[in-house]
Amino acid sequence: MIPVCPLSALPRGEAVRVEGDVPIAVFHTEDGEVLAIDDTCTHQDASLADGWLEGCEVECPLHASRFNLHTGAVDAPPAKRPVRTHQVHIQDATVYVTLSEDEPNLPPGVSAGSVGAAP
Amino acid sequence: MNRVIVVGASLAGLATARSLRAQGYDGELVVVGEEPHRPYDRPPLSKEFLAGTTDIADLTLEADGEHLGIDWRLGTRADRLENGRVHLDDGSTWTYDGLVIATGTRPRTDVVGARLDGVHLLRTVDDALALREGLRRGGRVVVVGGGYIGSEVASTARAMGCEVTLLVSGTTPLHHALGPHAVAVSDLHHRHGVEVVTRARVTGIRPSGGSLVVHLADDRQLPADRVVLGTGAVPAIAWLDGYGIELGDGVLCDPTGGTSLPGVVAVGDCSAWFDPALGRHHRKEHWTSAIDQAPVAARTLLGGEAPATAARRAPYLWSDIHGSRIQMAGHAELADTCEVETGSVADGSFVAVYRRGGHPVAVLGVNQPKHFMSVRRRLVSIPAVPSLQGATA
Ligand SMILES: Cc1cc2nc3c(=O)[nH]c(=O)nc-3n(C[C@H](O)[C@H](O)[C@H](O)COP(=O)(O)OP(=O)(O)OC[C@H]3O[C@@H](n4cnc5c(N)ncnc54)[C@H](O)[C@@H]3O)c2cc1C
Ligand code: FES
Repeated sequence: MIPVCPLSALPRGEAVRVEGDVPIAVFHTEDGEVLAIDDTCTHQDASLADGWLEGCEVECPLHASRFNLHTGAVDAPPAKRPVRTHQVHIQDATVYVTLSEDEPNLPPGVSAGSVGAAP
Repeated sequence: MNRVIVVGASLAGLATARSLRAQGYDGELVVVGEEPHRPYDRPPLSKEFLAGTTDIADLTLEADGEHLGIDWRLGTRADRLENGRVHLDDGSTWTYDGLVIATGTRPRTDVVGARLDGVHLLRTVDDALALREGLRRGGRVVVVGGGYIGSEVASTARAMGCEVTLLVSGTTPLHHALGPHAVAVSDLHHRHGVEVVTRARVTGIRPSGGSLVVHLADDRQLPADRVVLGTGAVPAIAWLDGYGIELGDGVLCDPTGGTSLPGVVAVGDCSAWFDPALGRHHRKEHWTSAIDQAPVAARTLLGGEAPATAARRAPYLWSDIHGSRIQMAGHAELADTCEVETGSVADGSFVAVYRRGGHPVAVLGVNQPKHFMSVRRRLVSIPAVPSLQGATA
């Protein structure tokens, strides 16, 4: 389990990016759910934590593909592959994430460890 | 409603077909497209696809395994719309209960010599493949055009090793789109070795011993192995002219995509929706506008309440030039002030916020996606700002 932040530091409607080999985005929806997915869009190197959160979907900040925060599924191209979802636990008012063991669907030209390295 | 015909098999047409199905329409759905291809994405055509780092399969706009139950009529053009019937160039005639006009734009070609060998336009995947082939041979490339496509092609051609000159009619590339901050784009071109010629007026392109010469109004002559015309586009609506549908700079629509004919909506680059924020019809050539309009137009056709958010979002577009990510949202033309809030123009990384009466009406970001989005989200309520009503009359 990775500790992310105190729940109070993540207001509803906001997201936080957790750095790592493969960065994670943790969202607090307007409905009060806390959900985690891979932060990097599967189309190109964009951070989904910077995206447009609406309900339990986040729209990629660059080209507007939408990812479902519960399932990781993408609605329509240009992104074509889903993102991984990760389990979130809240303990003692702190947000923790358990990483998925699946392979991430990183975009072309991005590998684990190199995310966010492009300009 | 038993039969909906969509004319134009690209982003806007496909997105509307998708919305119709999502909203429960289960009748016949015919999509007519002049190009022989299934819908594909155009933005990469001046960027990574032109460079050759992605291929045709990456461009497809249909999701894997997506089945919309569409009767595709590709390689077929709609010639006219007469008495409630669409006439196709294969001789067939179609009645409809609903018609979606999504025919996009065509590049302008009003330059003498536009049809010479070695002169390229860029709208379709076939155009992009031909241009890629040409750029791979290197040499001198002259790009004509002060818009996004001109700057993107110049940047890609340069990265492919060509010697590139970009001709713009204003004082900087993208002057019209970015105003005072367009200088950031000039700097990018400069740093990457693209020569920018400002206030250039092309009088013609002429062949010269196996290559080309671009003639300018001030008598300058620029030799070129190839020329790319990025001189803007016009809505592809000639096929509708004279058949009783109201046209202007695009098919004129109300704020929900409805046209002057019953049962007919228009979406995407060919349409000019009435924009309450501007108080006039406004045609946009932005990828996300087509996406935002689709569910609204589908709802209009099927008859029902428009979804609350979609088309009311401020227009948004992006561009990639020499590896820099440029993002613009809102209506910069409404602003009375503009300030750089984060970063600096000189460093090529900044966010500039455009305000009218203190309200943010537009935002420009270069290599600052996070801060850009935080401002972009605040632009949502523009039409609600009372001081903006009739602002550009
Ligand atoms: C090179 C390039 C780069 C771009 N980059 C960006 C970018 O970075 N960001 C951005 O926001 N936008 C960008 N755009 C704009 C974006 O691609 C358009 O906004 C989008 O394609 C509009 O979709 P559309 O479906 O309305 O029109 P189009 O994509 O133009 O599709 C219209 C289709 O209708 C067909 N058609 C026309 N007339 C007829 C007829 N009579 N009968 C049958 N079919 C017909 C055409 O053949 C075409 O396939 C770019 C465009 C180009 C060309
Ligand atoms: S980078 Fe996310 S949709 Fe393109």
